[in-house]
Amino acid sequence: MTSHVLSLLVEDKPGLLTRVAGLFARRGFNIESLAVGSTEIEGLSRITILVDVEDFPLEQVTKQLNKLINVIKIVELDPSQSVQREHLLVKVRADNTTRSQVLEAVTLFRARVVDVGIDAVVIEVTGDSGKTQALLRVLEPYGIKEIAQSGLVAIGRGSKSITERVYKN
Amino acid sequence: MTADSPVPSPSPSPAAPGLSGAGVEPEILTGSGAIIRSLELLGVTDVFGLPGGAVIPLYDELMTQDAIRHILVRHEQGAGHAAEGYASASNRVGVAIATSGPGATNLVTAIADAYMDSVPIVCITGQVFSTLMGTDAFQEADIVGITMPITKHSFLVKRPEDIPAAIASAHLIASTGRPGPVLVDITKDAQQKKAPFIWPPKLDLPGYRPITKAHGKQVQAAAQLLAESRKPVLYVGGGVIRARASAELLAFAELTGTPVVTTLMARGAFPDSHEQHLGMPGMHGTVSAVLALQEADLIIALGARFDDRVTGKVSEFAPHATIVHVDVDPAEISKIRTADVPIVGDAKDVIADLTVAYATAVKTTTPDISVWWTYLNGLREEFPLGYSEPTDGLLAPQYVIKRIGELTGPEGVYAAGVGQHQMWAAQYIKYERPNSWLNSGGAGTMGYSVPAAMGAKVAEPDRVVWSIDGDGCFQMTNQELATCTINNIPIKVAIINNSSLGMVRQWQTLFYDGRHSFTDLNTGHGSAMVPDFLKLAEAYGALGIRVTSADQVDDAIKLALATNDRPVVIDFIVSRDAMVWPMVPQGVSNSYVQYAKDHAPTWGEE
Repeated sequence: MTSHVLSLLVEDKPGLLTRVAGLFARRGFNIESLAVGSTEIEGLSRITILVDVEDFPLEQVTKQLNKLINVIKIVELDPSQSVQREHLLVKVRADNTTRSQVLEAVTLFRARVVDVGIDAVVIEVTGDSGKTQALLRVLEPYGIKEIAQSGLVAIGRGSKSITERVYKN
Repeated sequence: MTADSPVPSPSPSPAAPGLSGAGVEPEILTGSGAIIRSLELLGVTDVFGLPGGAVIPLYDELMTQDAIRHILVRHEQGAGHAAEGYASASNRVGVAIATSGPGATNLVTAIADAYMDSVPIVCITGQVFSTLMGTDAFQEADIVGITMPITKHSFLVKRPEDIPAAIASAHLIASTGRPGPVLVDITKDAQQKKAPFIWPPKLDLPGYRPITKAHGKQVQAAAQLLAESRKPVLYVGGGVIRARASAELLAFAELTGTPVVTTLMARGAFPDSHEQHLGMPGMHGTVSAVLALQEADLIIALGARFDDRVTGKVSEFAPHATIVHVDVDPAEISKIRTADVPIVGDAKDVIADLTVAYATAVKTTTPDISVWWTYLNGLREEFPLGYSEPTDGLLAPQYVIKRIGELTGPEGVYAAGVGQHQMWAAQYIKYERPNSWLNSGGAGTMGYSVPAAMGAKVAEPDRVVWSIDGDGCFQMTNQELATCTINNIPIKVAIINNSSLGMVRQWQTLFYDGRHSFTDLNTGHGSAMVPDFLKLAEAYGALGIRVTSADQVDDAIKLALATNDRPVVIDFIVSRDAMVWPMVPQGVSNSYVQYAKDHAPTWGEE
């Protein structure tokens, strides 16, 4: 199985997310992460889906997604042709004895501390999943108390935009 | 597929000014009035439904108009299947109406059925007041959520001003591209409140762009393959009927001389009497049709979807065949079997293009399929469709069905339920025209037949409409006989009464050591006969006839054909031991097709 990033341009209509998520479930595909947000065009949203699936079923799920009336455009974003980021908030145990080591890791990863308590800090990091996972591995020995992670968001490199491609057609 | 009735364009267009351009203010209508006016302007003339709390406003408006005939069903499932039968017999959009909650959920089976068989229907359901939604209000059900996996699309409407666009969009989506069911759920307050009625409405469907015209290069490649092929087959599916492409298919087949098979959904798409027609492929297909597909070197699939009942074990299906797959739905292409030449487009256009391309291709390539035809004709001769007389002395169900077809003729409409009688009706009635054979092919919905026949009769009142039903199926939806009698919809029902859930019984006989677990219905010969179908027919105001021997069959059918002042129910008491043959057992290669029990043809002598 390989991971694929699908970027969906969709109409911002009630139930849209259910239609998309339901289709994945119904056809037996597992969504690893999902992020939804508005776009530069009012009424249109963008869904970024990370799915672990072979190439052939991916084609089938893409075709099925395209049949959803509220889905306007689907592109698969190749990692080499796109910028892919996820956002992670992690609460790590950090008291007087360990805080400096934790902060050192934060610096090394170009992460940021966004909250400090007596025995814990909250760290914010943005990056691809390799980076966020590496940071978690480094922080693990100090004691991870809580993780909140966003779905992957991604955008194609270069000057073309997904909406541009739609409205030129 | 194009719709007969006027529909607004799917592309975003500026909102029409209503009548204000002419200096007249747009009419103010209630949401309910807007529903009916919209349907009327879309060309809808008949709807099937049953009122309830959340659609009382709509029914109040229905009463004040006469442009649309409303037929009051006895169960919402009946409304759904009637809408399907209406659409399948006439190619017009069928419409069903139900109230919120259980009314809406009763439509679910019919919606699922229409989704599987790509039937253009619009289902309008009432929803509780928008202020009550999400509170578990009385008769509240999230019908949009429930039907999401089984509708082509759905709309939830909470404002009266949104109604014309929702209804028009639903009608358009249902009837174009790959047809299918569309649900419009409308809150009671949206039905009650008033808004200016603006027509045509602005349809905002930027994500809906069905492809109809195929790529020329692919079409040429397909035509070239056909010209070069030594063992080609046209694998014709229901899409050809939905696309109204029968005339194009006939021309294409005759020009190319290619053997034709028609799937369960495509019976009638190509005349059964045509010498190039090998019959139905699949689990209960003719030996020649099954083996033609299996041994072909080229399969041109036209609006067919490689259903497991056609392919048998997919990995062993047609191992030597190159596949050309024509479908209006891109997702069907290469879903089951990878297509070597994928062609996305409307069957009507694509077949016409293929015909032209083939004429060009044969200028440089000389086709030769004579050896293939010799082989297929040999199979046809050796393994014609046939049945043996039951040993218990009771009627052969195949004979009954055959006589119904022969005495009624190809202009009739035949709606089957699901099971043995369905297969026999697909095999032994000779179909000569599209839209004459209606059945629940994909979903396999028992209970489809009576309401579908009712819908077909409403759409095509001048045709004889038969419901070929089983004793099991009939007991699921026969309440619609009341609808038929009261509304003067004289359908004819042939109950092929083998006193059991016959297809399951057949499988139990063949694959479960004859252990007939819970398949005895006690409706037929030598049983308690509960219910008594004669009395039931009479209770519904229908003419009831019972037939127990072969010499009574023709008279009963003729009496039914002559009776048009009320529905007719013929209770054909048939042998329960009759089985559907040929048969490809589930999960094996089509090469193992059995002509009759333990009788496999000597196939594969290449």
